[in-house]
Amino acid sequence: MGNRIGLEVSLSAAEAVKMADVDCIAAYPITPQTHIVEHLSELVNDGQLDAEFIPVESEHSAMSVCAGVSAAGARVFTCTSSQGLALMNEIVHIVASMRLPIVTILANRSLSGPISIWNDHTDVMSIRDCGWIQVFVNNGQEVFDHVLFGFRVAESQNVMLPLMIHMDGFILTHVIEPVEMWEKEQVERYLPPFKPVHSLHPDKPVTMGGVGMPYIFSEAKVAQDEPLIQSKGEIISAWKELGDIVGRYYNPVETYKSDDAETLFITQGSYGETVSMVVDELRDEGKSVGLVMDRLWRPFPFDEFREAVKNANNLIVIDRAISYGGQGGPLAIELRAVLYKTKNQPNITNFICGLAGRDVTVDDFKRMYERSMEKIKTNPLEEDYEYYGVRGK
Amino acid sequence: MAKTKVDLSWQELEIGAVVTNAGNASEYRTGDWRSLRPVWDRDRCVKCGICYIFCPDAAINETEEGWFDADLYYCKGCGICANECPTQSIKMIEEEE
Repeated sequence: MGNRIGLEVSLSAAEAVKMADVDCIAAYPITPQTHIVEHLSELVNDGQLDAEFIPVESEHSAMSVCAGVSAAGARVFTCTSSQGLALMNEIVHIVASMRLPIVTILANRSLSGPISIWNDHTDVMSIRDCGWIQVFVNNGQEVFDHVLFGFRVAESQNVMLPLMIHMDGFILTHVIEPVEMWEKEQVERYLPPFKPVHSLHPDKPVTMGGVGMPYIFSEAKVAQDEPLIQSKGEIISAWKELGDIVGRYYNPVETYKSDDAETLFITQGSYGETVSMVVDELRDEGKSVGLVMDRLWRPFPFDEFREAVKNANNLIVIDRAISYGGQGGPLAIELRAVLYKTKNQPNITNFICGLAGRDVTVDDFKRMYERSMEKIKTNPLEEDYEYYGVRGK
Repeated sequence: MAKTKVDLSWQELEIGAVVTNAGNASEYRTGDWRSLRPVWDRDRCVKCGICYIFCPDAAINETEEGWFDADLYYCKGCGICANECPTQSIKMIEEEE
């Protein structure tokens, strides 16, 4: 068992990237991702990590450098937030189609405007359909574990896809938590060296990222989507092996007191920990409440999610992003579709809350529970979604 | 007979749609784009080779006798050769269906 130390979560994320022995980091600083990259630059400068640190002039260049490095057969890491992700958007989509196993941490922050540096999931949802494997993490330990998991899954011979770790900005990036480091031997057992299927080398020239004419484009897209869907098998076995090595087992959908609950909160990211306290308190009051946390966002874990909610009458979906003019928050829209035509469809209430770092406390979630119970009694289809705690609404 | 690219199923594509045969762009018939075709008037041509030099697709070849001709497999009909020819010996002729 590795050392358990108190460390800012960003620094522990950087330590995990060091343990993954990356060959290159290309990144541009942006709040709240900054401490991760700063610490990596220190590790490279101090000779603790033998890697190229490329301080690029923009996020578009950061992801472009990652594409080139990965195409050359080297292990590469970057991280960004919000506007940085928006600026690198073009290449984010391209590296997925090129099947380059880049690992990225997205320190979640709202997309402007108004200009905001604080946390929500509007940046996540802007690239929902980018073709990357996407996982949410709840705390510092999960960030550390998932960096190593990320490279392990992304570089698997039958996966070869980029992987993004969604980590709440400030709520996680800027807090100090106890994190158990891995032993070097554990990392070596878990994460084999990167063996690319194709790489850029003058002895064996290949074309990567070429033109796809209409007669081949659709086939190329299916050849991208199928391995993403199939990657779930590798994801689950990589989590199982991670658990066997370090004793922490992860699942596509995590549950807390959900089996017998009439009402389930559905969350993504660090709100899960707060809501688990809400569940305890509501249960003390005699309410039948549980929690389901979506960890794997892409590929979406359809079977696991349907199984997790099958006994519930009511779902309270917590969204931290907006689909302007749409049917609710992106998570609720998706879950309503996932449950379409299932037996005993539950009532679904949807709250959009915690935008741009506005605190959502235990009491706030309790009020959402009460509000949901009221809405369900009157007419569950009365409203598709509700902005929680907005003055004047 | 080997499958042409048009027949490939999604399973037959390389990972990341990588193209493994180097120089395969030469298989691409860019001549399909052409609506005008260059035709040389050998009475005016002085064999200077300016058309050969200016052709952006290297689609003009020199014959053994020193004349120049377009390789219609690649020639896109851009007309740069006709525009540059100092003796106006190249005419762009409409392709007929």
